[in-house]
Amino acid sequence: MPEVKMTVNGKPASGLIEGRTLLVDFLREKLGLTGTHVGCDTSQCGACVVHVGGRAVKACTMFAAEAEGMEVKTIEGMAEPDGTLHPIQAAFQNHHGLQCGFCTPGMVMSAAALLKDNPTPTEAEVRDYLEGNLCRCTGYHNIVKAILAASGQDVSKIAAE
Amino acid sequence: MPKDGGIGASTKRREDVRFLTGTGNYTDDINLRGQAYVHFLRSDVAHGRLNTVDTSAAEGMPGVIRIFTGKDFEGIGGLPCGWQVTDRHGEVMQEPGHPVLAQGKVRHVGDPIAAVVAETREQARDAAEAIELDIEELPAVVDMKAALEDGAPKVHDDLTSNLCYDWGFVEENKAAVDEAFKSAAHVTTLELVNNRLVANPMEPRVAVGDYNRSTGDHTLYTTSQNPHVIRLLMGAFVLGIPEHKLRVVAPDVGGGFGSKIFHYAEEAFCTFAAKALNRPVKWTCSRSEAFITDAHGRDHVTKIELALDAENNFTALRTDTYANMGAYLSTFAPSVPTWLHGTLMAGNYKTPLIYVNVKAVFTNTVPVDAYRGAGRPEATYQLERVIDKAARELGVDPIALRRQNFITEFPYATPVAVEYDTGDYHATMDKLEEIGDFKGFAARRKESEAKGRLRGLGINCYIEACGIAPSNLVGQLGARAGLYESATVRVNATGGLVVMTGSHSHGQGHETSFAQVVAEMIGIDADQVEIVHGDTANTPMGMGTYGSRSIAVGGSAMVRATEKIINKAKKIAAHLMEASEADIELKDGQFSVAGTDKSVAWGDVTLAAYVPHNYPLEDIEPGLEETAFYDPSNFTYPSGAYACEVEVDPETGRVTIERFAAADDFGNIINPMIVSGQVHGGIGQGIGQALLEACVYDENGQLQSGSYMDYAMPRADDVPFYEVDHSCQTPCTHNPLGVKGCGEAGAIGSPPSVVNAVIDALQSGGKNVTHIDMPLSPSRVWQAMQG
Amino acid sequence: MYAFDIERPTRLTDAVKLLSDATDSQPLGGGQTLIPALKARLAAPERLVCLSGVDEIKGICTADDGALCIGGGTCHADVAAGAGAYPALASLAANIGDPAVRNRGTIGGSLANNDPSACYPAALLASGATVVTTNRKIAADDFFEGMFTTSLEDGEIITEVRFPVPEKANYQKFEQPASRFALVGVFVAKYADGVRVAVTGASEDGVFRWSEAEAALSSDFSAGAIEGLSLPGDGMISDMHGSADYRAHLVGVVTRRAVTAAG
Repeated sequence: MPEVKMTVNGKPASGLIEGRTLLVDFLREKLGLTGTHVGCDTSQCGACVVHVGGRAVKACTMFAAEAEGMEVKTIEGMAEPDGTLHPIQAAFQNHHGLQCGFCTPGMVMSAAALLKDNPTPTEAEVRDYLEGNLCRCTGYHNIVKAILAASGQDVSKIAAE
Repeated sequence: MPKDGGIGASTKRREDVRFLTGTGNYTDDINLRGQAYVHFLRSDVAHGRLNTVDTSAAEGMPGVIRIFTGKDFEGIGGLPCGWQVTDRHGEVMQEPGHPVLAQGKVRHVGDPIAAVVAETREQARDAAEAIELDIEELPAVVDMKAALEDGAPKVHDDLTSNLCYDWGFVEENKAAVDEAFKSAAHVTTLELVNNRLVANPMEPRVAVGDYNRSTGDHTLYTTSQNPHVIRLLMGAFVLGIPEHKLRVVAPDVGGGFGSKIFHYAEEAFCTFAAKALNRPVKWTCSRSEAFITDAHGRDHVTKIELALDAENNFTALRTDTYANMGAYLSTFAPSVPTWLHGTLMAGNYKTPLIYVNVKAVFTNTVPVDAYRGAGRPEATYQLERVIDKAARELGVDPIALRRQNFITEFPYATPVAVEYDTGDYHATMDKLEEIGDFKGFAARRKESEAKGRLRGLGINCYIEACGIAPSNLVGQLGARAGLYESATVRVNATGGLVVMTGSHSHGQGHETSFAQVVAEMIGIDADQVEIVHGDTANTPMGMGTYGSRSIAVGGSAMVRATEKIINKAKKIAAHLMEASEADIELKDGQFSVAGTDKSVAWGDVTLAAYVPHNYPLEDIEPGLEETAFYDPSNFTYPSGAYACEVEVDPETGRVTIERFAAADDFGNIINPMIVSGQVHGGIGQGIGQALLEACVYDENGQLQSGSYMDYAMPRADDVPFYEVDHSCQTPCTHNPLGVKGCGEAGAIGSPPSVVNAVIDALQSGGKNVTHIDMPLSPSRVWQAMQG
Repeated sequence: MYAFDIERPTRLTDAVKLLSDATDSQPLGGGQTLIPALKARLAAPERLVCLSGVDEIKGICTADDGALCIGGGTCHADVAAGAGAYPALASLAANIGDPAVRNRGTIGGSLANNDPSACYPAALLASGATVVTTNRKIAADDFFEGMFTTSLEDGEIITEVRFPVPEKANYQKFEQPASRFALVGVFVAKYADGVRVAVTGASEDGVFRWSEAEAALSSDFSAGAIEGLSLPGDGMISDMHGSADYRAHLVGVVTRRAVTAAG
């Protein structure tokens, strides 16, 4: 079994893997980073989105071996070490952008990737960017609102709370 | 109000921090030492005779620990059904067995045939492929009406037919209803399908069974909305494990929407195998597997007829529904098309005569059971569609027709056996007209037309029966369970307290909103209140979360237990202040003696309860812990009015939702933020049903929409921001919080307005389309426009 | 997934060598289609040769003849960002799948797979592009051989795709509601010597050129020029998302919209 080495949330990580070991399984089972979730097997739900080399990818549709030498960031790496939430995480809490929490890690990681490329997206751009992230609880209302708020835009005019 | 928010505050959710930081504890995050993995070999044919299951080659495969087949479960109970419906002739329903692993026959694609336990998941799957099956494929029955024809293949050979029951409600009204139709000035008829759906909580199901040979204790970790129900059903009816030796834990659960109410074979298997192998056994469902094993929802085929008099008053309603049960009876399946559906057919209207017929049918498909709304969306959809159709046929305004027939006096006893305690349907309609900006619609339609789009406005009302349910009543109706809820409130010596509730949160935010209630009652900060749920080992027997029952029933139990706490604390305070108990008042966490300046703090009283040095030991026991079981005296009846505006692209048939407004009456509200979130989510699912989601079988019983490649889940760009309002509040009269429940309203209330809006749009464009079955996909809308 | 080995060469020659030795090997581009197929156990290679480490087949440049050259290992997001010289192509790439898929999936992988509902095949065919492989150059018209089939041989890797840049072009995708693949996608490209129209998503034979529309548009590049044109439903895909007739109808609608959008 070959060994893979990568940097995960700023720390070196390594482990023995099979060829077929998916990045998500490496994170969850070898590293115990269970915040990255698996919600489908056809690359659509986005619960497993992490950043590899600074880009959002679906950790269920990438082999661990392909992350060799890469910088990987997961939901566990988003908050400050003292527990202070990342502004996107805080916006999700403030605007009730999550319910059951299962899709949430992927949503937050996708939102972070969006705001990195597009710091003040329109509502339509947020909705379009979330094409690969399914949520069954929120009807997306408060997710979109939270991401707009995290981008520093005024969301007070958006319907209801 | 307490610092962190009491009743009525939009307190931010405490559970969010763990979910946002990836530190939630979902069932698949649980891995036990020495755990083995199970893979289920499932039928790939819809109907077949299982001649042989040869596991000999597979048993020698690497990593295989043991392979189980139906033979291993002979003599062990099957999965039980929790509701027995009695038909219109007084006969009980046909109730087939439901083995944990198939015995003799397979009855739907996905029916489990063998279970391979191995050291790794992939080894288990490898070995499953090496099992040799001899299945004699039989003709499948998929269409419900065909399933009832003479000579149709039988799903269950030991039943007389594929008819589970033929239910009439209210049977005594049938003749009068038929008579009313004969004398009607106008009759509107509509035939429709309430499309089969898959609940699709984002977390697939998982089960981990564990067994402690030295104590004989079983533990099951499972993705459940109701761990006590699973413990009772699985322990008593399937595996024969007494409840005190069986612990069921439902930790963080990633959504349910009904599909995680039911007791599933995989739960029983993991529990059983953990003992048989003396090792923890884990099963993690893939999404593809979920599509063929999670109970599906809806799937009704209905003919509805509405009779009106010359003044457009509704005089009678008659419906004829075929309800798909699938291949087996899932836990609460028989109740959904009957008592959760027929009893709601009055809707918001004073129709005096109603008759509902439901034929429940076995087919070679996945079992069908409750999905968000469960019966009530089916009732609302047909009723609100037929009223809209009637308005068009009569050339009257659909809102005016509804208003004319609204129930306005409460309590109101419907002709379908329920009594609405409160409501104000004009108020929610008034609110809807405001937040939906109906006045601006004509201008918006013009703008759409200028772009070559057809714009439509659709509205509907809804009522639901929530807060499920009075136990004695449901017992008479065939429920094999009580439907109370429980809470234990344990106050600690230093004043903090823990509420152990039988309700279960899988997204609803109980940990926040339940704490708000107790904080308000005592006058302490909500962070002094911890909510514990989801583990049978540390919560009182409760029935769990579904049917919008958590705050109405579980919350009421918690209020009752907290009242007991306060009453006892007042006795202690009275003793401490040497005053009469009757004079003690509790406000903002301080006990005071009325008319004096004497007071003691909450914490002084709780400390005295556990350090009872100065304490009325002759009258009361030390400690401060109380349990209450609350059994509701009636359902609650949330209601509302919804509006949808759509644009239709006449060239492609594509429908886009441009606006959506919802005015709900949920009675009193604990946390408006959470309530809005529940409505948003329900609307998202309702739009999904109306426009996108279709669980489709071919004639051979193969599921055509078995993954997200073909089952269209609503995405962020399929929906708009929703205008939701719940300022119309007629509090429930029979529970202590005056609450009605809000979890299902959005899913119940939204599909008809979407469809009504599309019909409105098409008719505005001169298309004579009166109905399209959901989902209103581009191809279906285009096809309808072709005439 | 069945067990397999995985190799990550960093040089193209090593990738070719690995794909040509005795082991049953399969190239892995971005994996956005292949990995789900492996999960479903629909493929059982002994070894995957992962191309994501081969930098020499990534990137975008303009050739001396003006053609836009895109490395076969270039992911969709990079095409979206870097193919500004061919806006219709950049826009097509920007709407494949979702952002995370676009960060992994590659143009070479997509073309080699030739999913009948994929977007890139329409761009390739409408542009009369050239597929450059480790062995040869293949003209677009010779590349596709029906659903999930191409003229690529085993072990042959797409190293580059050369797109002649048209005067005007546009791609319109009418999405299948669930997968968001093209229910019908049409790429129109107007060159000095004529117009090419390629249709994806619709046909049971995969991507195809709509020659009647090409002829009409070549003499008059306007939506009106193809107003009355239609395709028969014969040979069109028919499934739960739309009948053959509906797809045939959509081809007309979507083509007109693409022409209008091309300006």
